[in-house]
Amino acid sequence: MAVTVKIPTQLRSATGGQSQATVDGATVGEVLDGLFAQFGELRERIADEQGGLRRFVNVYLSGEDIRFLDGIATSVPDGAELTILPAVAGG
Amino acid sequence: MAAEKLRCKECGSEYPLEALYVCERCFGPLEVAYAARGAGDVAALRRRIQAGPGDLWRYADFLPLAGGPPGPSNHLASRAGLPAGWTPLISADRLAERLGLRELWVKNDAANPTHSFKDRVVAVASARARELGFSALACASTGNLGNAVAAQAAALGLPSYVFIPADLEEQKVLGTGIYGSNVVSVRGNYDDVNRLCTEVAGEHEDWAFVNINMRPYYSEGSKTVAFEIVEQLGWELPDRCIVPVASGSLFTKVHRGFAEWLELGLVSGRQPALNGAQAKGCAPVANAFAAGQDFCQPVKPNTIAKSLAIGNPADGPYVLDLARRTGGGVDAVSDSQIRAGIKLLAETTGIFTETAGGVSVAVLSELARRGEIGRDERVVLLITGDGLKTLDAVRGSFEAHEIDPTLAAFEAALGQAVR
Repeated sequence: MAVTVKIPTQLRSATGGQSQATVDGATVGEVLDGLFAQFGELRERIADEQGGLRRFVNVYLSGEDIRFLDGIATSVPDGAELTILPAVAGG
Repeated sequence: MAAEKLRCKECGSEYPLEALYVCERCFGPLEVAYAARGAGDVAALRRRIQAGPGDLWRYADFLPLAGGPPGPSNHLASRAGLPAGWTPLISADRLAERLGLRELWVKNDAANPTHSFKDRVVAVASARARELGFSALACASTGNLGNAVAAQAAALGLPSYVFIPADLEEQKVLGTGIYGSNVVSVRGNYDDVNRLCTEVAGEHEDWAFVNINMRPYYSEGSKTVAFEIVEQLGWELPDRCIVPVASGSLFTKVHRGFAEWLELGLVSGRQPALNGAQAKGCAPVANAFAAGQDFCQPVKPNTIAKSLAIGNPADGPYVLDLARRTGGGVDAVSDSQIRAGIKLLAETTGIFTETAGGVSVAVLSELARRGEIGRDERVVLLITGDGLKTLDAVRGSFEAHEIDPTLAAFEAALGQAVR
């Protein structure tokens, strides 16, 4: 199943400047693995040693934080949009 | 103490002093790092601060501006912006007595130009934005920040864009639009607004989003609350501070302000205990503190304390660490406790605060009730915003005496009480 992943500006040096990528996967974890397969450098930037996400990385599935869903086990429908963004403090 | 570089708080990677806020290597937040400075002549440094202007620019030596404080020095920089800070520190002896405390002070940051502590952070962020050549100011806001950005932009003659959640208090929306700002009301909560703005900031690189791409400079402005407390206490430290927690940025910077001056020898003693204050309807940091965790599980906010309604607090992990290391904590209080806190502060100090201040007062009351504040402690309560901005929270909390304009009617309604 094809999913669109939106890449934030801070990570585009690892994607050759690309602002989005199309990746196959049935869960958020699979999509991220697919993304890392395309752009190897992304893994060390946003994933931790245990295979989870670093603590200042936010991932949204169609606008909803995946921590309100099933985290990286969240299933991803065909054609969905996954957005990676840094956590930012201050209101 | 010249600003030298930006440094990642997670992995230590270094970056130039530009409009950057995220580490490209690990996604951690960037913070301003200053050149090391010897203790030097402490008395001379104190005199230099005391001879400075009656606003936060008296602390310009500790703020990340390349050109020093903004001022009307030439025709290109004739607009110095709204001066913020140097707000009153008030002895709250009646409130202290009510709570059974020895020494209590209220730092009243509602006395800023747009009536909240956000004028501090915006003053620093906008000054740095002008140094970097930005053409517009913008922010994601729970209300107070929007007021501050809109007003500061008006003073500086810059366009502004303020993104707010659609359900915000009317007073905070009006207090932004009146300055001629472009108000963007987003159907969603603050965390949705923040996510949207993080995306917008990536595409509009000529805009200074004060709390996104300007964040390392913005957050440094909060240190000035700590500096003022020390100076106003006669170059002494409090034992404990009660600080409201939304994203956690203010909490971490109050700590940093005290830490920098301790390190320089401008003040001596030990780092004050820091107690964070949240509303039960949005308590991701207090929940994590109670559970002994070092990370925050995000929540969907549901509280009258809208200025603290950040369900995904980016500085949460740092707040947890500092609360534990200083011997403080993070507590949460209910909406009814918040209303009672607003009333208690008003009736004992003459200060009318917004819901976030009610949260701080209610947490202080809780700590006092539980006996967690030592008998000899000097406590400072941070009041970060004005009650006139959240009138709904207190509507119906008392009744006026409506009478005919006759002495008899007055005597009938209030005569007993007058005598």
